[in-house]
Amino acid sequence: MKKLLASAALALMALTGTAQADGHGNYPDRPMMLMVSYGAGGATDFQARIVTMTAGNEDALGMPIAIINKPGAGGRVGWNWFATQAEADGYTMGAYNIPHFIAQSIKGGVEYSADSFEPIANWGADPAVFVVAADSDMNSMADVVEFAKANPGKLTFSGAGLFVGHHIAALQIEKAAGVKMAYIPNKKGGAGAMKAVISGEVMAGVNNLSDAFRAQEAGTVKILGVADLERNAFLPDVPTMMEQGLDVDNSSVNFRGVMVPKGTPKAIIDKLAATVPTMFENSRVQGKMKAGGSPMHIMTRDEVLAMWAAREETLKELLAGL
Amino acid sequence: MDFLNYFGEVFSLWSFLILLGGTIIGLILGATPGLSPTMAVALAIPFTFQMDAVNGLILLGALYTSTVAGGAVSAILLKIPGAPANIATTLDGNAMAKKGEGKKALQLSFLASLVGGVLGVLLLIFATPVLAKWTLAFKSSESFWIAIVGITIIGTLGSKSVVKGLLAGCIGMWIGTIGFDDIQGAQRFIFHPSLSGGVHIIPALIGLFAIPQIIDMFLKGRSRDDMEVIKVAPHPITKAVKEVARRTRALGIGTAVGSIIGIIPGVGGQIAGLVAYDQSRNFSAEREKFGTGHSEGIIAAESANNAMVGPSLVPLLTLSIPGSPTAAVLLGGLIINGIFPGPGIFKTDPHVVWPFINSMLIGQILMCIFGLLIAGWAAQIARVPRHVMAPMVLALAVFGSYSVQLSMDHVYIMLIIGAGMFVLERYGFSAAPLVLGLILGPIAEEHFVTGAAIAQAQDGIIPFFFTGTLNLCLIAIVVASITYSVWMEIRNRKVRG
Repeated sequence: MKKLLASAALALMALTGTAQADGHGNYPDRPMMLMVSYGAGGATDFQARIVTMTAGNEDALGMPIAIINKPGAGGRVGWNWFATQAEADGYTMGAYNIPHFIAQSIKGGVEYSADSFEPIANWGADPAVFVVAADSDMNSMADVVEFAKANPGKLTFSGAGLFVGHHIAALQIEKAAGVKMAYIPNKKGGAGAMKAVISGEVMAGVNNLSDAFRAQEAGTVKILGVADLERNAFLPDVPTMMEQGLDVDNSSVNFRGVMVPKGTPKAIIDKLAATVPTMFENSRVQGKMKAGGSPMHIMTRDEVLAMWAAREETLKELLAGL
Repeated sequence: MDFLNYFGEVFSLWSFLILLGGTIIGLILGATPGLSPTMAVALAIPFTFQMDAVNGLILLGALYTSTVAGGAVSAILLKIPGAPANIATTLDGNAMAKKGEGKKALQLSFLASLVGGVLGVLLLIFATPVLAKWTLAFKSSESFWIAIVGITIIGTLGSKSVVKGLLAGCIGMWIGTIGFDDIQGAQRFIFHPSLSGGVHIIPALIGLFAIPQIIDMFLKGRSRDDMEVIKVAPHPITKAVKEVARRTRALGIGTAVGSIIGIIPGVGGQIAGLVAYDQSRNFSAEREKFGTGHSEGIIAAESANNAMVGPSLVPLLTLSIPGSPTAAVLLGGLIINGIFPGPGIFKTDPHVVWPFINSMLIGQILMCIFGLLIAGWAAQIARVPRHVMAPMVLALAVFGSYSVQLSMDHVYIMLIIGAGMFVLERYGFSAAPLVLGLILGPIAEEHFVTGAAIAQAQDGIIPFFFTGTLNLCLIAIVVASITYSVWMEIRNRKVRG
């Protein structure tokens, strides 16, 4: 009797197993969600809404994606939830921000690391830039370094918080120039940090390229340098940090993309990895992102895996002294 | 007078239908506890993808104005503020509804919202260039002192005893410290992973205001003592209009306070209602009637939180700096639609900005008309017997907390905070000062910590926080406000003898 039951159970398992494999063929057969660990209206949120708006098309996933915001503690709340509670069934996706979550996991106090997640594809890359108010005397990174050398610890500059792209760029600039400056993290993120620069409360700031570009167009700030390997199409006249003699690479560039929790079936990951990048390439998506001043940078799963690994290495080295 | 040329866009068939629909949906969303203006606007953003920029922004503007006014409905009828902006409305609005005058309370609230809201938008239309300069005057030290000004009214707000008010405020400030602190990188009072993001204001509000009432209703059950309202008193609109017109002082204080606070980025509309309520009480001849269902209390609070809406868009439109959480979502909505706010926006995109602002003006009027139409009908809620009401309000409270982030954690936090508040209320504490501490504590801390970091790199903390005309003015208000409440407490003790 026992044997019979056991074989029946085995048969059942085998059956459901094949049923599941078939299920992956139909995947996705119901709407999906994308968790964003920042608040509604922020750059990550609205970019996520734009890049997923064509998900329901037949040539994309064929099912709509709903955005769910879980903001708090600089993204830690959402990523903690995603690592520990999100279901690994392919219907729960998350947005990642690099270097934020890797830097946070290196500093500790969170329940995730790069190994907790499986990247699917990258949609955007927003480099950090160095800004000063429009009426500032400083006109190049050389002016900044000169002032910081003459006044150690006196140059105040704002950024969106600790262990986010801005902070990483700030640390790299200080290290490359061999100076000590006063980094002032802002609780209201990039917008708050930008206001501090415009109102003259701080002397300079590190901010997102897209926001700084709009502020420069509006005539409130000057952009002195881009923390990336190459100049940006939005700002062809602004030199990189490297061009100005500061050894700052692209470690602080804010990469945004889609991931799923570890343990998601391989077949589903493969299907998503094949479909999602083409979804990002949709001309409507591209048009909206361009209109919103958000630089796109589409990367496949393999490219993202390599990028995550490289970031982890540089960030460990950079944050070791803190 | 540029804006007059752009009314045509608002009155085209589609735009007007979107405006009307947005206003009505906004009122309903606003009246639902937990669905704050911020969330309503965020929910609508995907819909704007399918519209052209003008219509998309008309929808967002209509939702913003009407959800703020709609929050008064649940504040008055259920004593649950729909959003932080409506906390002060519960104090007199609900007391009036309990007396069977819910219809009157709703009418006063919508009319006051109309006056405050329209004046606020007019300020946005005519004074934006001047106000934009003001926005930048509020740096860390000024914002810190503004928060402290708000904190000084804790002692006199909503409770009979100054000491108990202050204690409740301290509890609120303590709850505000919970969570992961981004600036120092410290973890504070995180006993459970669900607290790592801190206590979200919406579940806290629902817990503090709804749960003690629900427990109370269950305790009383079907007993006949303390009878419920049998009949809602009729109240013709003309009488409400006369009442609002008579209360010029409350209306003036409410509108002025709301407009000023609206311009200051970060402090936003959350406290406009409470500060206006407190100030109009200080200047009222009928001071002792506040809290018992007094019309001045409703008028001051509601005119203030709607007057805040227009000016809160000044820093957003001219500097791309959102003045309130809802404005932050609106900024996303503008950028998605290809509109980049900045000093030149009225020149570069007049065909979008002016219809957007005009629609808020028309939206205020539609909101008031629709609100007055439903006032008598909605007020009947007060007649629902306790044993039916209690489970319904509980269901709303759970739904509202859950919907903030689709998370049961918020529901548990709401229930625990609510149970704690029930015990505190037994000992004569009230929720209003507690929630003010919860809102202002983190704002004060944030600006102090940021200011201190900047000050240390410059001339030190004392000169940073204690010099500058605006700082000194704000410090004078703090001192005056504390002196006043101490004096009132001494006088009250003498009277009680």
